[in-house]
Amino acid sequence: MSAEPQTFAFSAENKAKADAIIAKYPAGRQRSAVIPLLDLAQRQNGGWLPRAAIAHVAEMLELAEIRVWEVATFYTMFNLEPVGRTCIEVCTTTPCWLRGSDAIVAALEDEVGVHLGETTSDGAITLREVECLGACVHAPMFQIGDDYFEDLTAEDVRAIVADIKAGRSPKPGSRIGRPGAAPASGPKVLTGKKA
Amino acid sequence: MPKVTVDGVEIEVAPGSTVLQACEQAGKEIPRFCYHDRLSIAGNCRMCLVEVSPGPPKPQASCALPVAEGQQIKTDSPMVKKARRGVMEMLLINHPLDCPICDQGGECDLQDQALFYGFDRSRFQENKRAVKDKDFGPLIKTQMTRCIHCTRCVRFATEVAGVEELGAIGRGENMEITTTIGQMVTSELSGNIIDLCPVGALTSKPFAFTARPWELRKTESVDVLDAVGSNIRIDARGSEVMRVLPRLNEAVNEEWLSDKSRFACDGLKRQRLDRPYVRENGRLREADWDEAFAAIAAKLKTMPATSVAAIAGDLADCESMLALKDLMAAVGSPNIDCRQDGAKLDAGARASYLFNATIAGIDDADALLIIGSNPRTEAAVLNARIRRRWLKGKFSVGAIGENVDLTYRAKHLGAGPRTLSDVLEGRDDFARVLEAAERPMIIIGSGAVARDDGAAVLATARAVAEKYGVVKDGWNGFCLLQRAASRVGGLDLGLVPGQGGRDVARILAGAASGEIGLVWLLGADEIDMNRLGSAFVVYQGHHGDAGAHRADVVLPGAAYTEKSGTYVNTEGRVQRANAAHFPLGEAKEDWAILRAMSGVIGKPLAYDNLAQLRARMAQANPVFGRVDAITPATWGPFGAAGAMSDAPFANLVANFYMTDPISRASVTMARCTELLGPNKGATGTHG
Ligand code: SF4
Ligand code: FES
Ligand code: FES
Repeated sequence: MSAEPQTFAFSAENKAKADAIIAKYPAGRQRSAVIPLLDLAQRQNGGWLPRAAIAHVAEMLELAEIRVWEVATFYTMFNLEPVGRTCIEVCTTTPCWLRGSDAIVAALEDEVGVHLGETTSDGAITLREVECLGACVHAPMFQIGDDYFEDLTAEDVRAIVADIKAGRSPKPGSRIGRPGAAPASGPKVLTGKKA
Repeated sequence: MPKVTVDGVEIEVAPGSTVLQACEQAGKEIPRFCYHDRLSIAGNCRMCLVEVSPGPPKPQASCALPVAEGQQIKTDSPMVKKARRGVMEMLLINHPLDCPICDQGGECDLQDQALFYGFDRSRFQENKRAVKDKDFGPLIKTQMTRCIHCTRCVRFATEVAGVEELGAIGRGENMEITTTIGQMVTSELSGNIIDLCPVGALTSKPFAFTARPWELRKTESVDVLDAVGSNIRIDARGSEVMRVLPRLNEAVNEEWLSDKSRFACDGLKRQRLDRPYVRENGRLREADWDEAFAAIAAKLKTMPATSVAAIAGDLADCESMLALKDLMAAVGSPNIDCRQDGAKLDAGARASYLFNATIAGIDDADALLIIGSNPRTEAAVLNARIRRRWLKGKFSVGAIGENVDLTYRAKHLGAGPRTLSDVLEGRDDFARVLEAAERPMIIIGSGAVARDDGAAVLATARAVAEKYGVVKDGWNGFCLLQRAASRVGGLDLGLVPGQGGRDVARILAGAASGEIGLVWLLGADEIDMNRLGSAFVVYQGHHGDAGAHRADVVLPGAAYTEKSGTYVNTEGRVQRANAAHFPLGEAKEDWAILRAMSGVIGKPLAYDNLAQLRARMAQANPVFGRVDAITPATWGPFGAAGAMSDAPFANLVANFYMTDPISRASVTMARCTELLGPNKGATGTHG
């Protein structure tokens, strides 16, 4: 897997995006753009943030490197080491755990062949345990990239992993199709037609 | 002014105070780790909990809570005690129990407060966390497992020192204090984070494992390695200075100290002159005092008085300088100078060589023009005060000279005297800034006047000051920033050439041409020794530096930690340094050496003890009559009109860590020079 690159620079396209993000903030408050810029850099760099990218963002925002480093290490969403092409972040916090996240983790580890916190040897998939992702109402769940996969069962996990291995894009959202955080047995309120 | 009640006692406090300050005012001690009155409020350690009503029914962090009219504050209720115990127990969960091998032991806030709020055993069964130590450089030893994340060090570096080099990475249990990866702390004020750290996470590297604080003899004194006159405490064991710490003086150094002043003290143990030497057949050999004096007396007899000259160095105390002056007068020589660097300063106009606004006056200034000075290396602690003033806002800084990072934003106006003229003539926009300011300030470096056109530069700066209201009723913002601890004292005592006498440049020229036959160097090491020609050189001082190597007779004197001496800092503050131990070996206090010499040549000076000498000092110049005080100088003409060259103002402190015989002898300072100095990384170990 790629080691720390010596340099980092935004691609022309991302540079334009970065400038647009910075322009959103009032003059003198450019440092507010630090999180979106780090996110952009992470996306450009295959899902992780090398030191050079942190330094680059610091330079763009005229911040000391340590200040950006503090932000990058504070948020678990920033990966400071290389990750697999797909990163599966499974929630094991209490609500998800009560709803069976143990089984989800077991199925994931079994299907992918690595433990939580590890990456497959071909660099395809990283498994990671995370704290509550704010989707407890659809527990248990995990996140892949920008997508949530909710109301999971072990079978769902196997299907999703199979999709990923085959290069297909699994469909995100609730596996039982319930919309808008409604109870599993269907909506109970606001069922009437609009007046 | 809001009235609050602290433990049943009603007091009035200044609006905007915090509850913690109110409690202190009421005489209640509030335990704390993160709060520090010179840093921003972080409120993260929770040790300062008190009970406040009205308010939520839970303990509150007093350091971060503003006072409000009618508040009832309890500092010793059962709730408070229980809460503080709880906080202490939490802090100790991950703090190692290694006080016996921790250098902070005996002066550790955590240790002290655990005594009051700690529990005698731990309920914690799990493993304690361990944190990798960081490389903070040659001065600061880290033991990061001990860190309690108060972030004082981070706030100091960011706010006071003005270098964003420290930070807190990670979060929760994984939070760590670190520098930017692979970098050391480079600030010239870095040692202060050792004092600030409330635990043993940051300790002094050079002092590591050498002594316990309670076994050291503490002497209050003043620092002489720059001209700020920082108040210090010297901790000694026997005749060894173990460490130097800052001492509070709001008007001078507050509670900070520069790294050189703090860490160069190991230089006091190396290269010392502890017995007299005389040169025989080209080599210095050990001698006794009588021989040394006799050799000088014999030499003196061979020449007219006008062939004799004396130069006082940068670390000389006022007592010895006056004795030197009196000795020269007794010999009959007018050739004496205390301006080693050749500064064109006029001993007759005190306002020309003082930091007239005073160091505390920086707080009142509202614009600043820096001429040929880098306060960051010349007076690091003073620079931190400028930075603080700048942080407050409405304070424009312009700089003429080398374009350097001063830790605050300074507009670089130009490099040399021409820019100064532009300001004077109003051609430079900074003239408007000075004009608009109510209390403008000019800091002119001693380097800016230590050039051939120095007198003209000084006169131009004075003209700028007069034109733009830098000097007016109730405000004198004209500040000459000295670098040498002895300079103001020397000028106050009039150690400048007498009638027809020679200054340093002409003494050197005379030595080269043979007109000067004997040069007495009182700790003067910064002149070019090669230019002393074949003159007979007497070196009186404490270190085997440049002067002693060139000398024909070496007279061993006392370093500043070994004698009671008077120093006048750059603002004209008369201060006394005290001896932490006796001079080494056969060395003597410097004034006594000069007094003895006067006896040998049959012209004894009129004082036999320090008290008499000090009375004579006060007579020579009344400013010496008031110790720990500043006698303001009256404004008057100084400098000399003339052409100024185009040469840019040079930065005279090439290496902050080595500027005098003591710091040049210091191993610690050598290490700093190697790793942090201007040519750092030359060995390729870092970068
Ligand atoms: S190293 Fe010391 S000063 Fe810095 S955060 Fe830790 S305990 Fe506080
Ligand atoms: S606990 Fe899993 S999303 Fe909240
Ligand atoms: S001193 Fe108040 S929270 Fe630390």
